[in-house]
Amino acid sequence: MNKLRTFLESFPMSVDEFDTKERASVLASRSIKSDSKLWALKTAISMLDLTTLEGKDSKDKVFAMCQKAKQPMPGNDSIPHVAAVCVYPRLIKFAKDAVETSDVKVASVASAFPSGQYPLKLKLEDVRKCINYGADEIDMVISRGEFLSGNYEYVFYEIKQIKEACIDTSNSLKTNNGSIKNIHLKVILETGELETFDNVRKASFIAMFAGADFIKTSTGKVQPAATLPVTLVMLEAIRDYYNETGIKIGMKPAGGIKTAKDAINYLVLVNETIGEEWLTPSLFRLGASSVLNDLLKQIQKQKTGYYQSADYFTND
Amino acid sequence: MKVKQITKSKPSTKGMENLKAKNNLPKWEYSKTIEDSKHINLKDEYDLFVNGKLVKTKTYFETVNPATEEVLAKAAYASKEDIDNAVLSAEKAFNVWRKVTPKEKGKYIFRIARILQEKAREFAVIETMDGGKPIRESKSIDIPLSIAHFFYYAGWADKLSFAFPDKNVKPIGVVGQIIPWNFPLMMAAWKIAPALACGNTIVIKSAETTPLTLYKLAEVIQEAELPDGVVNIVSGDGATGSHIVNHPKVRKIAFTGSTEVGKIIMKATAGTDKKLTLELGGKAANIIFEDAPIDAAIEGIINGIYFNQGHVCCAGSRLLVQESIRDIVINKLKYRMKNLRVGDPLDKNTDVGAINSKMQLNKIKELVKSGIDEGANIYQCDCKLPKKGFWFKPTFFSNVAQSHRIANEEVFGPVLSILTFRTPEEAVVKANNTFYGLSAGVWTSKGSKVFNILSKIKAGVIWANTFNKFNPASPFGGYKESGFGREGGKHGLEAYVD
Repeated sequence: MNKLRTFLESFPMSVDEFDTKERASVLASRSIKSDSKLWALKTAISMLDLTTLEGKDSKDKVFAMCQKAKQPMPGNDSIPHVAAVCVYPRLIKFAKDAVETSDVKVASVASAFPSGQYPLKLKLEDVRKCINYGADEIDMVISRGEFLSGNYEYVFYEIKQIKEACIDTSNSLKTNNGSIKNIHLKVILETGELETFDNVRKASFIAMFAGADFIKTSTGKVQPAATLPVTLVMLEAIRDYYNETGIKIGMKPAGGIKTAKDAINYLVLVNETIGEEWLTPSLFRLGASSVLNDLLKQIQKQKTGYYQSADYFTND
Repeated sequence: MKVKQITKSKPSTKGMENLKAKNNLPKWEYSKTIEDSKHINLKDEYDLFVNGKLVKTKTYFETVNPATEEVLAKAAYASKEDIDNAVLSAEKAFNVWRKVTPKEKGKYIFRIARILQEKAREFAVIETMDGGKPIRESKSIDIPLSIAHFFYYAGWADKLSFAFPDKNVKPIGVVGQIIPWNFPLMMAAWKIAPALACGNTIVIKSAETTPLTLYKLAEVIQEAELPDGVVNIVSGDGATGSHIVNHPKVRKIAFTGSTEVGKIIMKATAGTDKKLTLELGGKAANIIFEDAPIDAAIEGIINGIYFNQGHVCCAGSRLLVQESIRDIVINKLKYRMKNLRVGDPLDKNTDVGAINSKMQLNKIKELVKSGIDEGANIYQCDCKLPKKGFWFKPTFFSNVAQSHRIANEEVFGPVLSILTFRTPEEAVVKANNTFYGLSAGVWTSKGSKVFNILSKIKAGVIWANTFNKFNPASPFGGYKESGFGREGGKHGLEAYVD
């Protein structure tokens, strides 16, 4: 907290809304080489966190999504699997079983997702349970209420506690498994509720100093979810944090990413703001599901020159 | 379990690392998205546009594409006789144009704007080919703003009594207009549109290196069926300009260009009853306070100095940064400059294009050398420059003091000088310590500071938390050696009425 406080006081913290939007729109007009495009489309697939977070989620729904995650295009080996599937805690075990033989990770939302309005004790229990069920990655939400009422210390403390819970729980699993699993903690800022870019920048630093491995825009339950400008603000915070500390933090825009063009725009933003070394699933993820078929469609278009009908892409 | 049986039969990992190795896919690269220039029909020779017709002259000069050094076309070199004819035709046309009702005048200008709008793409490509500026800028700034100026002043044509409520204003007569090479069409629009709206007739001269879009504008004017001789377009060099300035029948001169030439024009018109407006050089202070939105400010610095290769009279060429954040700003600036793409102006991914001419390139080199000799620290983009054409790497100098040449003289190229200040008071003193006074920028999140600083800076345009933004409704012009008179907005009408 002290390091964070010094940083917040000594480093320029304000963000200009209009300039940020303008810069994001300029970058959205960049176009990439067609063979680079193929690489970008495939890379985007390998960065996807296929997500289903609904009250009606069931075993079979999760099973079907996991199959799609492993092989987005049946019979085509050149298409990579997605980075992870993201589900509610109750479904972790089924997801884990379904992706078992692949490298697809299982992420779970935890810490009273999506509102975050539960006592810390229950949130910690939530996180521990998820890891015990086999989750590889935890997507937690910050307490926006506390943040907006100025209680930054609480927000920081909560993330820190959850990070420690992740480490402790995975260490305790060591004896059963033989190796320690490094649990990736993604911290959701819910930028749609923070509203201003100044808040987003501040919350990004709080999360990173408290131990986030990734910072993530949204739960997908609040509009607006991820946008290019808000992602730009967070990427700039990641870059500044890296220059100060040498630690690389990942970024995950989530929600609202519908088309392959959207996905590529995000990659351009990453490339221009923090550079090519962030263009890997270990440092950049896209929280989206419906975009997958459009990515596949565009890959086929790049290869054959034709668009195929939606019937040629699976619906899971 | 059913789930396990099925999943185990599936193929295993296809991680990204494997994928990259297997397919040997290329790394991240932007494609050259070259704006198509095949549809552009350039003539071999461009004749003078006088009295509504194309008129041949004795000599022609070549205009080259500064990015390739290829000759694009030849343009007429107007002699004294040609200027006499042009002024005569404007004088005759004045009797026609002044009788056209204000409402009809507005319609003509609207028509020019609309035709220009239809041909926007063609104009953008030619502007880029002839001047070297990135197509992204000519498409999104030069051409749309030119069109916007015509639309704006078309609206004023029948509302002059609202602009000047207490007097009965009259047109001046024949006006001579001389424009620079950095924004050829835009500068023409800034001058032609208000002059027409106020009822004047025009002899306008384009700059030596960029005559093409003005002659394309002549085609638009013909298509709009503007009465013959209302707008006469010529091209040539300084001598041609002096024929316009010294012509006794020309009643007003509007000049945009260098302070050096501005002074010559001022001397030439002294003691005559010619009206004069001058829009000359600048050495704008771009002031970054420690509480500024820092990443936006970095974009503002980039946009302030590397926009149009720094060929901008209101460029933010003097960066005043608060000493407490100097290192942060310089580091961020260096990082940002890594991503500046310098190269083919017709590529829509290009950020910085070609230097307009060999002459300008030499001038930039000379001043940069002086900066090095005087002991400032130079930093340049690590970019490859094309072999042909005129190019200069985006550059900045740190450790610059007010007494360095590069802190005083206008470079008119992609070269930034970074100075520091400690307090707002000192920022104001340093910002005003220049013989120019065209523009300035202030970056801070404190609204009160913005208003405090801008009330103390002597510059015609001051941007707060942005830079190089233009709007036809907003007047533009300078103090001190940056000239006098305003273009744009209601103020812009004043220069064209008696």
